[in-house]
Amino acid sequence: MAGKLSGGRPTLAAVTAAIEVERLVKLYHDVHALDGLDLEVPEGTVLGLLGPNGAGKTTCVRILATLLKPDSGRAAIRGVDVARHPQEVRRMIGLSGQYAAVDEYLTGFENLVMIGRLYHLGRKESRARAADLLERFDLTGAANRPTKTYSGGMRRRLDLAGALVARPPVIFLDEPTTGLDPHSRLGLWDTIGDRVRQGVTLLLTTQYMEEADQLADDIVVLDRGVAIARGTPDELKGRIGGERLEVAVVRRDDLAAVASILKGVGTGEPTVDQEGRRVAVPVADRVAALTEAVRQLDAADVELADIEVRRPTLDDVFLQLTGHAATEETTDGEGGKA
Amino acid sequence: MSALGYAAVDGWVVTKRNLTKIKRLPDLLIFSTIQPIMFVLLFAYVFGGAIKIEGVNYREYLMAGIFTQTVAFGAAITSIGLADDLQKGIIDRFRSLPMSRSAVLVGRTTSDLLNNGLVVIVMSICGLLVGWRIHTDVARGIAGFALLFAFGYAMSWISATIGLSVKSVEVAQSAGFIWLFPLTFLSNAFISTDQLTPWLQKVADWNPISSIVLALRDLWGNSAQGAMRGHGFPAEHPIELSVLWILAILAVFLPLSIAKYRRAASR
Repeated sequence: MAGKLSGGRPTLAAVTAAIEVERLVKLYHDVHALDGLDLEVPEGTVLGLLGPNGAGKTTCVRILATLLKPDSGRAAIRGVDVARHPQEVRRMIGLSGQYAAVDEYLTGFENLVMIGRLYHLGRKESRARAADLLERFDLTGAANRPTKTYSGGMRRRLDLAGALVARPPVIFLDEPTTGLDPHSRLGLWDTIGDRVRQGVTLLLTTQYMEEADQLADDIVVLDRGVAIARGTPDELKGRIGGERLEVAVVRRDDLAAVASILKGVGTGEPTVDQEGRRVAVPVADRVAALTEAVRQLDAADVELADIEVRRPTLDDVFLQLTGHAATEETTDGEGGKA
Repeated sequence: MSALGYAAVDGWVVTKRNLTKIKRLPDLLIFSTIQPIMFVLLFAYVFGGAIKIEGVNYREYLMAGIFTQTVAFGAAITSIGLADDLQKGIIDRFRSLPMSRSAVLVGRTTSDLLNNGLVVIVMSICGLLVGWRIHTDVARGIAGFALLFAFGYAMSWISATIGLSVKSVEVAQSAGFIWLFPLTFLSNAFISTDQLTPWLQKVADWNPISSIVLALRDLWGNSAQGAMRGHGFPAEHPIELSVLWILAILAVFLPLSIAKYRRAASR
């Protein structure tokens, strides 16, 4: 999969931001779901909002999609204030939520036609667009089945298609792949990359570093309602560090030998965990490093308990940026979903 | 198109969506009609057979009560439907669309009205089979049904307000129904309010259910004379009072539920 989808920012459109957020604050029962968030998404780019549950990602999307009113601050879509002119904003946006919001008793076709009609596209145009989108999202075969019979991945695709019916210039995807199996997730990334991205401005929330890396031009890391880091995926990875090769051994005596082998294949100083009998080292080329390490460890007759190359996860990002692990604040009520 | 035009079109699009569910889930309709049939038969043969009142055909007297009770309980499905839409996130999708703010509620109450209408047709046939008749004329017969449906529609808006307040189907299933028991039983639906202690009698006489039931009995000629009518103003002007009740309910709960919808947050 090609990493960046838009091929850089369009220089002209970058003058006016498609999405602007200024000092946005939202309180739930005196808890700050958003605590003065600033965002600016240039026209035609993809912003990834990365953070754990409770970081404020969904709250931000809900305010931008006119579902919630902020307590203070300003949010605007293409210059139109979301709190003051919500109906005007709704004509410019498409929303696909965390919970695939499709009607389970309607067929895929009927769902999309309904959404088209509620965008006031007219009966004929709605039907044409529904058929077209079902085709583009590989759902033509299931077009006339109630969506109750769809798999999780198919529902997400239909939900995504629903956000595109009116061809809005700005699209919000709130955790589009949460809860999907890895295969469906990869498929959905392809779909978002190929078919959603074309020319639109996209704000995507995710808990997965990898997803933001794959899809976003810029990433904002959220923690407890504030942005704690911003940058391109490469800039962020540069700060966090790349992939790490980790080796666990059966005999503690082998640790020294392993450390010297890993020093040879890695790009930095290996760290040795005596207690856990593990050695880890940052690597540049994961496949070459892994192959070389396995070859040398085998030649040295080291008995391995485990060997793996780890990509930096959201937890690594958080540990690096905040010094604490990604917090799971899952209380009931609106705050928990934020 | 005007805002009102869009409100009508959007409302109809949502109505069609709700009716599709009934079409795809026919069991739902079968069970929602079995219950009123059961009620007609149980009341007609158990109570209608056990209670004899001089000069009154008690079985016919009961029918208007059963109709009204069924329509009131039928309106409670509005709260379940809306709570379900909220829970599943569909309301979020609707609220992010540039559609009319009233459409989801208009669509829901309209489809529930049509559902209720079908139930009433089945009940009427069942009633005719056990001996219930309309003794007046066609115009008054139709007026009775129109009043019944208008009342059911108004009740749907109360139910919509409840559905949007509770936000979960499980709670809607009890919260949507529980208040209907005292409302329907503390009335003249099945008994003469004469038999109640004085303060309960006052409550029952002024109960909107009593007004509707009495209006139906008058419009259909189903024997409500003397003590069986209740007392005072409600006994003398049941039709006028019924219309007033319906308008009052709509005037309060229509704007209230739309205001709730605007602020509705799913989770």
